This record gives sequence, structure tokens and C-alpha cells, in this order.
Amino acid sequence: MTMMHTLTPTAEPATNVDDVARLVGPDGGRIAHPDLDPWVADIDADALRSLYRDMAIVRRIDTEGVALQRQGQLGLWAPCQGQEATQVGTARAFRSDDFVFPSYREIGVNFVRGAVASDFVLAWRGEAHSTFNPYDINTATPQIIIGAQALHAVGYAMGITFDGADQVAGAYFGDGATSQGDVNEAMVFASSFRAPVVFVCTNNQWAISEPVSVQAKFPIAGRAPGFGIPSLRVDGNDVLACLAAMRWAVDHARTGGGPAFIEAVTYRMGPHTTSDDPTRYRDKDEVERWRQRDPLARIEALLRAEDAFSDDFAREVADESDRWGADVRSACLSARTRPAIEVFDDVYAEPHAGLEIQRGQFAAYLDGFAAEDAAQGGAR
Amino acid sequence: MTQLTMAKSINEGLRRAMADDPKVLVLGEDIGKLGGVFRVTDGLLDQFGAARVIDTPLAESGIMGAAVGLAFRGYRPVVEIQFDGFVYPAFDQIVCQVAKLHYRTRGNVQMPITIRIPWAGGVGAAEHHSESPEAYFVHTAGLRVVAVSNPQDANVMLRQAIASNDPVVYFEPKRLYHTKGEVDLDLDLADAPPMGLARVAREGSDVTLLTYGAQVATAMDAATAAEDDGISIEVIDLRSISPVDYRTVAASVRKTGRVVVTHEAAREAGVGAELIASVTEQCFNHLEAAPVRVTGHDIPYPPAKLEKHHLPDLDRILDAVDRVLDRPHSLSGPEWSSPESGRAATVNGGML
Ligand SMILES: Cc1ncc(C[n+]2csc(CCOP(=O)(O)OP(=O)(O)O)c2C)c(N)n1
Repeated sequence: MTMMHTLTPTAEPATNVDDVARLVGPDGGRIAHPDLDPWVADIDADALRSLYRDMAIVRRIDTEGVALQRQGQLGLWAPCQGQEATQVGTARAFRSDDFVFPSYREIGVNFVRGAVASDFVLAWRGEAHSTFNPYDINTATPQIIIGAQALHAVGYAMGITFDGADQVAGAYFGDGATSQGDVNEAMVFASSFRAPVVFVCTNNQWAISEPVSVQAKFPIAGRAPGFGIPSLRVDGNDVLACLAAMRWAVDHARTGGGPAFIEAVTYRMGPHTTSDDPTRYRDKDEVERWRQRDPLARIEALLRAEDAFSDDFAREVADESDRWGADVRSACLSARTRPAIEVFDDVYAEPHAGLEIQRGQFAAYLDGFAAEDAAQGGAR
Repeated sequence: MTQLTMAKSINEGLRRAMADDPKVLVLGEDIGKLGGVFRVTDGLLDQFGAARVIDTPLAESGIMGAAVGLAFRGYRPVVEIQFDGFVYPAFDQIVCQVAKLHYRTRGNVQMPITIRIPWAGGVGAAEHHSESPEAYFVHTAGLRVVAVSNPQDANVMLRQAIASNDPVVYFEPKRLYHTKGEVDLDLDLADAPPMGLARVAREGSDVTLLTYGAQVATAMDAATAAEDDGISIEVIDLRSISPVDYRTVAASVRKTGRVVVTHEAAREAGVGAELIASVTEQCFNHLEAAPVRVTGHDIPYPPAKLEKHHLPDLDRILDAVDRVLDRPHSLSGPEWSSPESGRAATVNGGML
């Protein structure tokens, strides 16, 4: 094999946002793409409606999360509005026995993986660090340390190889995360061990207040080939393109091709989290430009053009979304804080003498309130 | 029973653990063909193959993070960090992921990872090759931390660490790698003392000397030397520094009423500080004198030619023993004094 000795290519990752593979244009027109089309040949109007439905529900859960935070019910929320196509499209390409390692913003990924209403809120409410058992939905606890999960996915994928299994591991991270050592180390490991892992970089243009141009001077998908990992840069607001690209990537990994990398170029419409004030660092025009590329409107337009988006369907989706919204709200409002002594649970898998002593001391301290609690009809 | 060096004894422990459980695998830098820079993994590649003895890219966070993913998948990774000073790039993964995942997932995900670290000084090594980072790990809930002092413990405690469903940071004193001792390679783990138990290395009645790792040997020498002066020192090898076996420690303190702690690591907020705080809380009425620490100085590990001045030696330990016995002592320097005036105290940087 030869290597071309060229000058380092340059392209601005922030301004080249249209240099992406897509199957549905911003106006809803279907665009042919010889490489991607075969991967979604089975997606008929029904399947497209189901993708739309998932995105709509995810948007509704997200809206509810923001509202609950504004009402003081949640400590924090990391909104995903605008990223529904990236999350739903890519996550739909996994098999249920594949194992996915998300970041904190992957509401749509967790939804597709099978998370239930309480799974979306209890952690942000401060009741638990995570709510689902990772092995129930083959999805790891949302990761807050930027990029750490990329390595976990690679290790998991190495284990898949050792087991001779045909599963795939997936890692989700943002554009900011690609600056972290862990993400780069993950690519070295994945490539060296030909691990069946797919990296999904959600390039939503911003890492809190830092534009992607602070993290990269070349489109991020262009980095993977330097590690020996094939990559695709897709329109992250085009659910069909996300699904197609991800099916290619997952198939590549599942059939022994080693790792693959997807950069989904999208936009975070809201703040980074509910504590963030994006008006301090980005202008209205930019947000409005991206609003024109809304992932749901786009699929609606495509379905309407095919006469496949009826009022009945719209109502069904709205009803189902509202049910999800209500379920999330009630899961949040009905949360019951665990007894205080349980803070000592699960620190270790086996008894730890030092902690046992502290647990005993704290239990005795709590017992001192027993009479008071009984009088007030509660326990702490 | 066989006579083995500590390095060989650890090697045999790894071999046994890998043979007993196909989910055990080892990963690290140069651990395959080379057998590790200390040859601790020698021969394992030939016996178990490249899928279980994994030479990794040179990326400590990568090694540790990949181990986390392998543990998610049901493996029991044994990670070799090449030298103590190179664990820091992996610190984030150890502290934020390895230590916390069991808690974070309410017990659903276990992290049975063993982190082997060739550890501490006294071998004339280059910079970053003689560090004693144990206090960082002891301070982190979710980790178990052990330090071995002899070939038998090294073998058995490693097997116990690997069998534990918790992550274990396992410190191997480099300066003991070539010391030999009797090892029973077939010892049943059920018959062995649990990993968390301290060992009374030598019984005595006047002073309790608490230590761990390579410093146990220095403590034993100090006890022998003190005998000439008619002083009887009880030496306790902690073996586990999280959790500490306070039953054994307290029983000894109640007997002697006097405590000296010695370790190579720097003093400030070190393991010795914790030991003395706990002993004071629990055994105050039994203490005849204020406990004393003998530690490395609060300095970056010095160059090899000067390291003997950093490592607690016989004389510094005996001086501390004199001190807790209220015998004349020379080396410990002045007591903390009251400030002459408030102003002087501030200028002094806040001496008490
Ligand atoms: C190691 C680490 N450093 C800093 C932070 C604080 N932080 C949280 S999110 C974030 C920005 C991440 O941006 P990006 O990777 O693009 O993902 P996005 O939030 O845009 O989805 C930062 C700096 C963190 N969580 N972890």
C-alpha cells in the first residue's frame, strides 16, 4: 500500500456544514445517493413514519424535561432538540444485543434502546446516578466525563471479539469530546485490535460556548482515516441518511471490518444545559438558519409529498407523545427519595470493613432521630 | 512450599488465576513477548495466547478505559501499569469510572479489575519511577488498595484481588521483586488469610510500629535493633490500606499504648495521617504518648543519589520510637512552637 504525501488538507468544519451525505434535503425532497441508498432500500412509508414517530416522542420528552427543570422539579436537563434525527437514526441501526455507551445528551438513543419514563428524569432529579440496569437495555449509564465512554465501548468490543460473538459496541460523543485524549486513545485501540465498535460523533457545532472550530481545523470525520478507521460525514438532521450510514458502519463492524466512525453534522437548538445562556455566544441568525433544517419538518414534508402523512397519523403521534410527556412528568413528580442509610449501598460489591464502621456510626446517628420521625409520621 | 522471588511468585499467581478462570486476562505495555519490564508476566503469552495477554498501545487511560469495557462484558482484567509514575494518565478512568461504576449503577455493573503497580523507591531509578501514590487511591471510595511485602502474600493476595468483585489497586514494591521467600503455590484461597487482614509480623509489648510494603523489612530491622536497647516493638504489616484492619491495629495499640507509623510516601494527608487520626479517635484512652509518623518528606521524589535521605531508615524509625517512649531523641527536630506573635505566625506560613 502506498501513502500519498500531500499537504495537510484544510477545510473549516464550521462553515462546511453542507459537505455531508444526505438522502433527504432540507425541503423534504428525496436525494439519491449511490452508497447510502442500498442501506435503506427497505424503508417504506410505514418505516419512515415510525422514524418520525420516535423523533416526535423524543422531542416531547425533551420539552417535558426542560419544563420540569424550569418548574424546579429537575436540577438540570441537557436538551437534545435538533438532534433527534442523529440519535434516532443511528440508534435504530443497532441490534438489541449490541451494547451502546451514550453521553448525557442521548435521550433519543436511550429511548430507542428501551428506556422507560423514569429513566429520563431520576438522575437529573438527583435521585440516582443512573436509573436503568445497563444489562436490561444493553446501554451503559449516561456518561458525564467527556469522552471516557469511547474507551469503554472499545474494551467491550474487544471482549466481543474474544468471545467470538457478532455483536457490535457503539460510542456516542460530541464534537468537543474529539479533543479529549480518551477519544483519540479509543481510536488507536479500536484500530489496533480491529474492534467491532462504531463511534458516533454528534457534531452539534458547539461544546458549551466553544464552536467546533476550537476543537478542529478540519471536518472531524476526516480524522478517523488517520487512525485507519473508515468514516462517513452525514447530515445529522436527515434521519434516513443517519440510519443508512449507521447501518453501513454497524455492518462493517459486525462482519469483521473493524471500527467505523460516523460524524453527524447537526445543531443543538437549545442551550447546552438548562443552566446555560447561549445568547452570550451565538447569534440568532445561526439558530434561525438551522431551524430551516429541522429534522422532523423535513420528514413530514417528505411524507406529505408522498401523501403518506395524514391528519390521523399526526394526531396519533401527538397523542402518543403527550402520553410520554405525561409519563415522564409523573415519574418525576412521584419519585421517592431512598432512605438516607442507602448512600452506603453498592460502594463495594463485597463488604468493606472501613465503610461498615461508617455505616454503623451513621445508622446510630439516624436512630437518634427515630422518636422525632415517629412523631412526625415519617422516616429519613 | 518453594523458594521463589516475589516477581516469580506474582507471575505464578497470575498464571494460576488465568488457568482457573478463562475470564481473567492481562493487559498492559510490554507484557507479552517481553514478559513485562520486570518479567512479571513472563511466559503467559505462550501459555494463554494474545487474546488473554494483550500488549496494548502506549496509552494508560486507554488501557484502563478498555479494561472498564471488558469488565462491562464480564471479563476480569488485570492491568499492569509499567511504573508507579505512569498511573496518573489513567487516574481519571480509575477514579471516575473504575471506582464508581458499581455505585453509579446500583450494583448492576461490577468492575473486578486488578491494577498492578510496580511501586515505590529504593532502586536508584530515574524520575517518575519511584512514586508512592497510594494515598490518592485510598482516598477514593470504591477501590480496595493493598500493598504486599513478601512473596507468599504477593502470590495469594494477587489471586484474591483478581477473585474480588471489586476493583483492587495492588502495589508491588519494586525493591522486593528479587527477594526470595517460601511460597505455597497451591494454597487454597479459602484457607488463606483474607486480603483485608493485617499481619502481626513481629510481636512486641512497648511500641506498635505500623507499616506496609517494602518498609516492613526496614521496620523489622528497626525492631531487631531496638531489642539491644531492651525495647520490644510490635511490627504490623497492614497488607491492606483500604480497608485497614483496625481490629488488629487497635488490639496492638491497647497492648503497647504507643504508636509509630512509617511509610515512604510523603507525609501530608498520607496514609499515616489517616492511621493516626483513627487510632487517636478509637484508642485515645489507651495511648501513653502522641503517635509519631516517619515518612518520606513532602518533596518531589528526589534524584537517586539522594533517595536514601528521603526513605525512612532505621535511625529515623528508632528516633521516633525513642520519642513515643519519651527517651532522649535527636533527629526529630524541634516541637511546633507557639507563635511569638500573630504577625510572626503569618510570616511563618501559619505555624501552630
Ligand atoms: C472531562 C470533562 N471536562 C469538562 C466537562 C464539562 N463539560 C460538560 S459538557 C462540555 C462540552 C461538551 O461538548 P461536546 O463534546 O461537543 O458535546 P455536547 O455537549 O455538545 O453534546 C463540557 C466542557 C466534563 N463533563 N468532562
